[in-house]
Amino acid sequence: MSGPSKYTPKSAFARWLEKRLPILSFMYDSFVAYPTPKNLNYLWTFGAILFFMLIAQIVTGVVLAMHYTAETTLAFDSVERIMRDVNWGMFLRYAHANGASLFFFAAYIHMFRGLYYGSYKSPREVLWILGVIIFLLMMATGFLGYVLPWGQMSFWAATVITNLFSAIPVVGNAIKTWLLGGYSVDNATLNRFYALHYLMPFVIFAVVAIHVWALHVTGQNNPTGVEVKSVERETVPFTPYATFKDAVGIGVILVLYAWLTFFAPNYLGHPDNYIPANPLSTPPHIVPEWYFLPFYAILRAIPNKLAGVVALFASVLILAALPWLDTSKVKSARYRPLFRVFFWVFVGVCVALGYLGAQPPEGAFLIAARLCSAWYFLHLLVILPLLGKFERTQPEPASIEASIAAQTAALKEVAHV
Amino acid sequence: MSKPCLSKLRMAAILLALAAPTSLRAEATKVEPEEHPIQFEWSFAGVMGRYDLAQLKRGFKIFREVCSSCHSMQLVAFRSLGGAGGLGYSEEEVKTLAASYKIKDGPNDKGEYFERPGRPSDYFPSPFANEQAARTALNGGYPPDMSVLAKARGYHRGFPTFLLDALPGLSYQEAGVDYIASLLQGYRDAPSGMTIPDGQFYNVYMPGRRIGMVPPLADGAVTYDDGAPQTVSQYAKDVSAFLMWAAEPHLDQRKSIGRGVLVFLAVFAVLLYFVKREIWSNVDH
Repeated sequence: MSGPSKYTPKSAFARWLEKRLPILSFMYDSFVAYPTPKNLNYLWTFGAILFFMLIAQIVTGVVLAMHYTAETTLAFDSVERIMRDVNWGMFLRYAHANGASLFFFAAYIHMFRGLYYGSYKSPREVLWILGVIIFLLMMATGFLGYVLPWGQMSFWAATVITNLFSAIPVVGNAIKTWLLGGYSVDNATLNRFYALHYLMPFVIFAVVAIHVWALHVTGQNNPTGVEVKSVERETVPFTPYATFKDAVGIGVILVLYAWLTFFAPNYLGHPDNYIPANPLSTPPHIVPEWYFLPFYAILRAIPNKLAGVVALFASVLILAALPWLDTSKVKSARYRPLFRVFFWVFVGVCVALGYLGAQPPEGAFLIAARLCSAWYFLHLLVILPLLGKFERTQPEPASIEASIAAQTAALKEVAHV
Repeated sequence: MSKPCLSKLRMAAILLALAAPTSLRAEATKVEPEEHPIQFEWSFAGVMGRYDLAQLKRGFKIFREVCSSCHSMQLVAFRSLGGAGGLGYSEEEVKTLAASYKIKDGPNDKGEYFERPGRPSDYFPSPFANEQAARTALNGGYPPDMSVLAKARGYHRGFPTFLLDALPGLSYQEAGVDYIASLLQGYRDAPSGMTIPDGQFYNVYMPGRRIGMVPPLADGAVTYDDGAPQTVSQYAKDVSAFLMWAAEPHLDQRKSIGRGVLVFLAVFAVLLYFVKREIWSNVDH
């Protein structure tokens, strides 16, 4: 989609700057003239929603950092001081905590959209892998942030997660001690987690920039999965078309965001995190934030610790191999009837794993978690490669233009009846 | 000395939790599970919810006369009782109230610690100097700090109720206060066959059904001057409402601002939709 710039500087200053740093033409080509397929649906607004959430998290986070104290005896109280005494502190903190949830919610929709429409397939493999890297960084950031309020769940989540590294043979314990800055979760841990929690979002921002760069090289996928054939007839410029469509998506998400922040601010949290961290008292159930629950369920489903840890990391990393695991030439699930069924089963399994991650790992819950974990890997490692070989796909439209024309005709038919 | 022991203990606990999850709760299943708390009517529940100041004042009286003899509330300052988001006390009343407490201060210019009357900027003093002093005085028990207690408690709502709890109209965010208000009325005679150790009591809402807290409330124990019934059930509700306030003094402000924000954003989103539709009206898509 790249080519000579369509930007013509209008003012003398713009011409002067353009000769020295072509940033105006870059912005113009990327966010104004950039062609986007006409047939994108609202699922394609989640990229913009995610960018908005990242900025919201950084802005609220930087202000919170001005009032937070990363020291084990002061951290919990400093958060309460933010809640009680800092101007707008309660809103900042609730917005930041619930913002993380919405960030992950949007990321999951964004990822499932990619899965459904085959957005990871050639030529978008690098774009997809960058997305997986962003997801990993988000997970790290979310986990580090959860530790900072220094409540019971903060402390014990930190203990459980860092303890995962001790499962690595030979060097495991050394790595764990290195991560913690000591032999157990303590002040050194809190300090470094705070430093990293502040650093990570900017790393995410940088990878997001590369992600968008890669996107603007290949162009967006679209619901048909058929590549753009005629930029003129099949695309519209990013501004105002995509900008305003994205704005609608952000507008709707903002309503949800405000609802959670103002009327159910602790709904997604755990009451135990309002109990100050106590190394001598283990909560009966240690549960992570909801967005980690599917992975937590996989971890606990496996009776061997090392195998559990390997499965946990594999369940995320395996996503990076999707472009090669899915062997189908057809991208969009619209034309893959069998894949469509398996896709929704996979979504169901992921949601079920999320539910099971919050339940005690015993009895029927444990059996269900094992079955779902097995299906998770079976879907990605066996079903996807085989489907591409054996599935009888439906014919793809000749072009985006043809698909739109067919849809418009169908709509007119309905209107006549 | 204790550090390595401790981390070994912790390691063992975690290994148990990770490697043999099924054995973890075997012990807990022996005891009959606790009862689901009662769902009370709260003035501060829901989108339009706000604190009932008369109720908060009654609850505060119970806290002062009953709870505070064992429980601390160290994150709440006297000043927060007055002004916006307070219980409706005047500046003078807050000053007088603060002065009725003795606050440890120091060192003075002779290097001595001393006691002085409290000021509005002081925080509620704790009944015990430290955890060990509390445990010695209270038969081994350590009463939790009450500053955020109402948010630090809850109970499992189960599937699918927990999903409905998030929805506008059905929203349920009062699990913590319901639990506390129920617990305070949950003392019963232990069923035959269940032995309750000395210093413990049978309570149907407590996980494990055994609680270290002496039944704190009795009919008529606290005198109300606003004509509210002086019963355990009324006391329990009033003090729980007060604890909710202590945990989140700015709840009224949060909800009233929230209503404005929500209406604004909803209208904004609808307007954006119409702008978008207008922009796309000449494009087949």
